[in-house]
Amino acid sequence: MVILLLTGLGACDRERREFRGRPLAETAPASIPTTDFAAAGGAVFQPDPRAGQYHISQGQRLYSNFNCVGCHAYGGGNIGPALMDENWIYGGRIEQIVATLAQGRPNGMPSWQGVLTEQQMWQIAAYVRSLSGNVPKDARSSRGDTISNIEPPTLKDKQPVRPVRAETDR
Amino acid sequence: MNGAGRQALCALAVAATLTSCDGIQSMTGGDGFHGQQFIGLFALFMGVTGLFYVAVALFLAVSLLRVYRAPQDRRTDPGRPGPGRAERGLMRALLGWTGLILVGLSVLTIGSYLADRNSARAAAAPAKLKITITAHQWWWEVEYQDPSPFNIFRTANELHLPRGIPVDITLRSDDVIHSFWAPNLAGKQDLIPGRSGEIRSIASHDGLYRAECAEFCGVQHAHMALDVTVQSPVEFTAWTDSRRAPAAAPESSLAAAGQDYFMKRECAACHSISGTSARGSIGPDLTHFAGRRSIAAGTYPMTRGHLYGWVADPQSAKPGNRMPVLALNAAELHALVAYLETLR
Repeated sequence: MVILLLTGLGACDRERREFRGRPLAETAPASIPTTDFAAAGGAVFQPDPRAGQYHISQGQRLYSNFNCVGCHAYGGGNIGPALMDENWIYGGRIEQIVATLAQGRPNGMPSWQGVLTEQQMWQIAAYVRSLSGNVPKDARSSRGDTISNIEPPTLKDKQPVRPVRAETDR
Repeated sequence: MNGAGRQALCALAVAATLTSCDGIQSMTGGDGFHGQQFIGLFALFMGVTGLFYVAVALFLAVSLLRVYRAPQDRRTDPGRPGPGRAERGLMRALLGWTGLILVGLSVLTIGSYLADRNSARAAAAPAKLKITITAHQWWWEVEYQDPSPFNIFRTANELHLPRGIPVDITLRSDDVIHSFWAPNLAGKQDLIPGRSGEIRSIASHDGLYRAECAEFCGVQHAHMALDVTVQSPVEFTAWTDSRRAPAAAPESSLAAAGQDYFMKRECAACHSISGTSARGSIGPDLTHFAGRRSIAAGTYPMTRGHLYGWVADPQSAKPGNRMPVLALNAAELHALVAYLETLR
């Protein structure tokens, strides 16, 4: 019984909320390489613990609050590139996305340094990574905290693409 | 525990419940027209049903007394035809009881009909003022509507109402289900995302009241209050005129530095101040921020100390709210607070 109760504690971290964040010590990275090809065998990337469930949902809220939707749509892209595929122009690791947010990129991506706090940039980056399924499934909520009229991305089945046979062929 | 101790404890418990009776948030205040109707109706029901209880108690007491005094009365007299004395008494009592029920129910029916009609007539009268209240996690956005778009203005966490004038309040929600409840003025109504509700309010007495969210809406649900001020129509018009004015330019150099930070950095991304370049629509409008009675939806009184605490670390002051902690240095903090205090 005790063991059962103790195993239940393992779920505690999922809903942990760090309201204050760690914005004072961390600084948005200035010289983050934008490719995954590190010279002379760079450090192995560790998953970022900041990509927790609370931060992803906050990032989701900020993503529409600050009108990322206006250019990137809900991940599909329009004026800006799509965020839900596997192509990352400036790198897809969380610190690379934060660097992109903080510094801005050519052809329209504005710099958010000084407008968003660093905690907010980390939260948006965590959400952006979740759009392409790059976060643990238990960290990503199947629904947003706000009401949405689109199908939750995590509920979509990944169906293999196969040719559709017309009914008349039978 | 001895008897005296228990009595003292009971008195303490009663006194504790009485502390909620200071009047700014009370259902029994009768400070709104609809509240008065229902409080009157409630008093009528309590009076009539109380009368019934007294009648039943009297009847039982008299019957018991008779049985105790003259037990032989209960037997019918074998020498006389027809009902005995006791049965005649019972019949009279039943007749009286029936009459009492008829009269009592008629009084209650007429009373509730009149209260209902009064409320309906007040609700059917055309509204002189329309207000839209939008609930956010965890604050209230209040927009005063006007036929002329130039006169529409927006404020937050404060609601001013003119005394005696019917006001239609449209209720909306931006995120989750909230509930608007101004106990002194009117009933309670939910604010549901994607829908709009209507509530009619007619304030009867001048005063300062407190409305709050009455539906659990997240971690800071308890700190989601709305300061309600009921004032005379003349004072109300003066207030609306002053709220429509854009924010004055800061005079001191410290406040000017604060304005500079506000416009160029994080603040203006979420807050708007009319008359400046700050146009954010995520957080509360701060055009006349320092003129409000409280900070952060009734969480703290509007004092300089609380303002410093709030700007420096909103996540310790109201954990989980949407305002992030900014990495402000002392000079920036002083300047921002000085600027916010000019927004009267």
